[in-house]
Amino acid sequence: MKIAVCVKRVPDMELRFAIAADRKSLEQTGLKYDLSDFDGYALELALQLVEKSGSGEVVLVSLGPDGVQETLRKGLAMGATRAVHLQAADVPVDGFAVARALATELEGGGYDLILFGRMATDTASGAVAPMTAELLKLPCVTAISHLDIADGKGTARRDLEGAAETVTFPLPAVLSIDEGIARARLATLKGIMAAKKKPLEVKPAALGDVRLTVETMALPPERSGPKFIGEGGDAVPELVERLRTEAKLL
Amino acid sequence: MANTFAFAESRGGALRKAGFEAVTAARQAADATGGGEVHALVIGAPGIKEKADALGQYGADVVVVVEDAGLARYSPEAFAATAAARLEAGDFRAAFFSASAEGRDLAPRVAAVLGLPLASDVTAFEFDGDAVLAQHPAYTGKVVVTLRLAATPALLSLRPGAITPAEASRTARVESAAPALDPASARVVVTELAEEKTTRLDLGEAPVIVSGGRGLRAAENFKLVEDLAAAFGNAAVGATRAVTDDGWRPATDQIGQTGRLVSPDLYVAVGISGAIQHLAGMRTSKTIVAINKDKDAPIFKLADYGIVGDLFEILPRLTEAVRQARGSQ
Ligand SMILES: Cc1cc2nc3c(=O)[nH]c(=O)nc-3n(C[C@H](O)[C@H](O)[C@H](O)COP(=O)(O)OP(=O)(O)OC[C@H]3O[C@@H](n4cnc5c(N)ncnc54)[C@H](O)[C@@H]3O)c2cc1C
Ligand SMILES: Nc1ncnc2c1ncn2[C@@H]1O[C@H](COP(=O)(O)O)[C@@H](O)[C@H]1O
Repeated sequence: MKIAVCVKRVPDMELRFAIAADRKSLEQTGLKYDLSDFDGYALELALQLVEKSGSGEVVLVSLGPDGVQETLRKGLAMGATRAVHLQAADVPVDGFAVARALATELEGGGYDLILFGRMATDTASGAVAPMTAELLKLPCVTAISHLDIADGKGTARRDLEGAAETVTFPLPAVLSIDEGIARARLATLKGIMAAKKKPLEVKPAALGDVRLTVETMALPPERSGPKFIGEGGDAVPELVERLRTEAKLL
Repeated sequence: MANTFAFAESRGGALRKAGFEAVTAARQAADATGGGEVHALVIGAPGIKEKADALGQYGADVVVVVEDAGLARYSPEAFAATAAARLEAGDFRAAFFSASAEGRDLAPRVAAVLGLPLASDVTAFEFDGDAVLAQHPAYTGKVVVTLRLAATPALLSLRPGAITPAEASRTARVESAAPALDPASARVVVTELAEEKTTRLDLGEAPVIVSGGRGLRAAENFKLVEDLAAAFGNAAVGATRAVTDDGWRPATDQIGQTGRLVSPDLYVAVGISGAIQHLAGMRTSKTIVAINKDKDAPIFKLADYGIVGDLFEILPRLTEAVRQARGSQ
């Protein structure tokens, strides 16, 4: 089985963010980057599928500045076969431009599956996978939480609001991966050593026109801080009174 | 005069709130740009046409109904081809989808068919000449990004709950159309739709969410959380990943960075520490209440109201007090 996994590096969300002087980007000093959560699940799924099928390869593709090579090395250490870095000064917010560059790379690659995260944790958009699929004219199922593959056909589960869909599709296909399928494995020391020697190809990203851009970035208004913190069950009446009169909720 | 487009989502033969939100946004957009018609698109099994009038009440001038026995369930390829064909056939300035589970699948496909960019998960928008400025909470809600969308039509998907459906009553012209792709020829097929048999409100639609964490200690103790939700009357129940991982609650109840992103009027966090991945899913809630025995739990930093103490003592009393407060209205 030959599987491509599109992975994005995103800032560690636990850190404090500051807005840069241009008011359009994050202040970079102090940021730490890592593989986006769902992309880790997608990679884990790819590794398991190839392990189960007994042969094949897992190819990582990431678009971004040179820093993405560190993320790609991490994926190689987890067990991917090789990696492609599509070089761009930064990752545009225009998911269609990203999809175009990814599709250019993936086209004709002979992949049985092309996997994505359900959404990148920075953009929270989830647009790149279906857009890439459309450009490649491949069947696509998004946000899947369960997958079975047999005889060149797949069956997936998609969770909706208060419902779940069972979806069937033929291979090759594009899938985006939700929570619940697999948790990303940790790289072993042996994997980290092996990753240093695995192929990592660098190419320019074919982004084309970018028609969605960041106008401004701002931190959300600070929450005002607690208005009332009581102690124990005896605080219940005051809490309810405040919910009624201050927050006008009851 | 250019028109505005809205995709009106339905499921099981009924229109969804997400659909009314999209039509409301389209009406606002049309009014803000000096007119033009609002065209709503509804796709479903035969019979869905009877629901079309309701979209007029929210401001649709034209409702295009595509009925086909093969479209009783969502068909990604047939829906996308049909929506794209409608957008191509008309003169549209902007098109609104929902960033619901279905809309997040549909809108990017439509955008790619048309070769257009998409602003996803938008909470507010305004026009700036030919461009649209769209607000989008990014970086797990820690940054508010304003996007500039320079393409016509401007395609946007709206975060559920961000736009309140508003009546703008008119009598819509209802037109029938055929799907642009025969659903029988689609490669991706939804073979089953399992609706949860519950009267519970969906997390995305409930004005109040009561969420439980590991502090509940066991699945059966979620009865306490459900009782409080029932006392509010308009509440849904959520959970942390610690809880869904242990199977105490279904995975679909998970709120956070890798679960649902919600912003209800009131979020009650019970026995939840407030890990950053959980906060990512609920930090935009209007009012936050925390109940935790650890006064240093990070959830208290975000909370507007809180009680430090044992949830097993506090919850039954709170449930009773909420019931009384609502009963005495
Ligand atoms: C990649 C990744 C993605 C993740 N995504 C998510 C996500 O989407 N959503 C999510 O929720 N988590 C997510 N997590 C997990 C997250 O980091 C936390 O582990 C999780 O949110 C903790 O859940 P909790 O608050 O229920 O449990 P704990 O952190 O164990 O907190 C339990 C709390 O209950 C309190 N408590 C205990 N007993 C009582 C009592 N009797 N009365 C009152 N209070 C009591 C304790 O003081 C404590 O604060 C993710 C983690 C990773 C690594
Ligand atoms: N710069 C990128 N390089 C490689 N893959 C990406 C990139 N951006 C997004 N993706 C993939 O597309 C998915 C969805 O991203 P988004 O549409 O931005 O939420 C991510 O989880 C990745 O799998």
